[in-house]
Amino acid sequence: MRRGIAATALVAAMALAATACGGDDGDSGGDKKSGGHLSGTVTYWDTSNDAEKGTYKELALGFEKKYPDVKVNYVNVPFGEALAKFKNAAGSGGSGAPDVLRTEVAWTQDLANIGYLAPLDGTAALADQSDYLPKALAGAKFKGKTYAVPQVIDTLGLFYNKKMLKDAGVEPPQDWTELKAAAKKIKEKTGKTGLYLRGDDAYWYLPFIYGEGGDLLDTGAKKVTVDDAPGVKAFAAARDLVTSGAAETDATDGWDNMQNAIKNGDVAMTINGPWAIEDTLAGKAFKDKSNLGVVPVPAGSEGQGAPQGGQNLTVYAGSKNLDASYAFAAYMSSAEVQAKTTEKLSLLPTRTSVYENKTVAANTNVKFFKDAVDKAVERPWIPEGNSLFQAILVQFPNVLTGKTSPEKAAKSVGDAYRKLLKGDWK
Amino acid sequence: MAVDTSRPLDPAAGAKGARGRGGRVRKDGTPPPRRIRHALARHWYAWAMVAPVVVVIGLIIGYPLVRGVYLSLTDANEANVERTIGVNHIPATYTTVGLDNFQAILEDQVFWDRLIWTVTWTVSCVALTFAIGLGLAVLLNRRFAGRTLYRSLLILPWAVPAFVSVFAWRLLYNEKNGILNKVLDGGGIDAVPWLNDPTMAKVSVIAVNIWLGVPFMLVALLGGLQSIPGELYEAAEMDGASPWQRFRHITLPGLRSVSSTVILLSTIWTFNMFPVIFLLTRGGPGDSTEILVTYAYRLSFVNSPRDFAGASAWGVLILLILMLFAVVYRRSLRKQGEVW
Repeated sequence: MRRGIAATALVAAMALAATACGGDDGDSGGDKKSGGHLSGTVTYWDTSNDAEKGTYKELALGFEKKYPDVKVNYVNVPFGEALAKFKNAAGSGGSGAPDVLRTEVAWTQDLANIGYLAPLDGTAALADQSDYLPKALAGAKFKGKTYAVPQVIDTLGLFYNKKMLKDAGVEPPQDWTELKAAAKKIKEKTGKTGLYLRGDDAYWYLPFIYGEGGDLLDTGAKKVTVDDAPGVKAFAAARDLVTSGAAETDATDGWDNMQNAIKNGDVAMTINGPWAIEDTLAGKAFKDKSNLGVVPVPAGSEGQGAPQGGQNLTVYAGSKNLDASYAFAAYMSSAEVQAKTTEKLSLLPTRTSVYENKTVAANTNVKFFKDAVDKAVERPWIPEGNSLFQAILVQFPNVLTGKTSPEKAAKSVGDAYRKLLKGDWK
Repeated sequence: MAVDTSRPLDPAAGAKGARGRGGRVRKDGTPPPRRIRHALARHWYAWAMVAPVVVVIGLIIGYPLVRGVYLSLTDANEANVERTIGVNHIPATYTTVGLDNFQAILEDQVFWDRLIWTVTWTVSCVALTFAIGLGLAVLLNRRFAGRTLYRSLLILPWAVPAFVSVFAWRLLYNEKNGILNKVLDGGGIDAVPWLNDPTMAKVSVIAVNIWLGVPFMLVALLGGLQSIPGELYEAAEMDGASPWQRFRHITLPGLRSVSSTVILLSTIWTFNMFPVIFLLTRGGPGDSTEILVTYAYRLSFVNSPRDFAGASAWGVLILLILMLFAVVYRRSLRKQGEVW
């Protein structure tokens, strides 16, 4: 063990040396000269996926053309790691944290609650609030202040392979019952599975509970509602799809397996959002791009309901270059940039004015998703919003594969919520 | 490990050599102060050399440990600890709550479920790793062509960074596109839901951990085997002992000092083996492969605001369990006449 101690000491010494050296990079050293002239560096953490990041990088660097004295340091951080990574960097005093972060809507309230975000009301970042969709802006607010600039809004829809459905002689299904019937026909005619349902992500559970008329929480009455009757029915409906063979699922690698399945034509349908359009179209089943169809998420017994999601731009409160960061956030959600992301990636703008743009108006996927977003269900905008997914994530795969009953799963999620939400929640 | 394998075989010699310094002080009780002063005066340079190490160890192990124990007695979380973000300074508002965190954890069925699986996982991993490692070490201890090549190949899993291995295994295990199922398919066997079925997922994570752990056992035990004098085997053979008898009465006792150490180390590592479980299954499906450390991580770092107090309490409990194990294990070894 003596050798072990020596090795530990060596590692520690090297770590100390490394942090000492690394202490001052990441400082933006922004000095604002008089007359609103911006300079310095803006570090931007982007969370867009592989199919999107090229476009986003190009757009972010476009900021340098507008402000030649500002250097944009573009960093792509995988979506799944970004929140933890940002918290680690921001919590320890800030060296290493970005100036601007692309945040999932549900992270916004969480980060604002801890005090990591700069309020944006009255800054250059939010100069024209009136242009934003009210729903998108609602997801950027916390306790009366606005902490984010909405960049993209989205929801879930049903993606389908037009040719496979036509070969099986079925129409795109309107509800889960129709989907089951359609899947049966698809299996008979083509031998393929009807639907790939992600089992390793709680977001995919939401259309089921909204479709049964339920919700995770009633934030007004401060009541946990996930274990009420609609929540149980939601688990049962999702499980029925898998156990009846209409859908397949996985407890790990769900995203990759889902995208491979639809891209290779192994399944006819998936449930997904606008962020997956570009990636899906890259598959061999969609060499003819018009083969991809999108319709609303199938309805449950109480109607159709998909969750509202999206991405915001937030400014780190500890940024050394706040003015340039505000300007960068404003630029990344400007009408001009939003129109470009729509044109290239079919992502949904958060500004009403952009929908009047010709290329945007002509994009059929955008037209579809805009209608869907208007009807989408707003998620609870509370600091724990993102943590609500954890408990579902534990139960969802077991319910789908029939190892836990819907009642037990719903009850367990409800109990976990009461433990998570401190205060007077019922 | 070099320290252990080079230790003299004879237990009595070992006691005098390696244990002497520590043992003497304890036997005599508290040494007279004059002796300490004398030792300091004589060995001041040694103390001076050790000092930086002691300081660093104190900083990187001692401080977090004490801080962790302190936090486990409070209700600190991400929203109420002191922090300075840019121009905002937010003061600390958390309070001491005594043993409430521990009580909450011990009353929660989740803790006991996870403890049972963690113990199952540790015991099966260590037992199988040791058995396979010993078998390979005995095989590779003979002279045959290409022995060096085999040895290097078997150490390979150890040389590859753990996360690389785990991701490779994840690709192999993929139910739809993984190579394992493609091979089974070729043999006409239905696809196995490696990571999607709770039982299969448990078997799968154990298999990966064994794959990662065998090289360490192999190297340690091979070193131990080489320190057993060949004459013992020759004499036994002359006396007509069968290979099994030679293995039982020469090899196993000869390896005891090495094996007791590697089993202890391996148990502690496996008990806290975060990367294999976290990267392979994220504790899933559901929470079926979640061991204590990964569950503590999920509870305390994924939820928001991060629950520092709860996480520390889990950490302290895990530490206590391991310390208890080490003490019991040492006792039982000493009872068998083993010096360690």
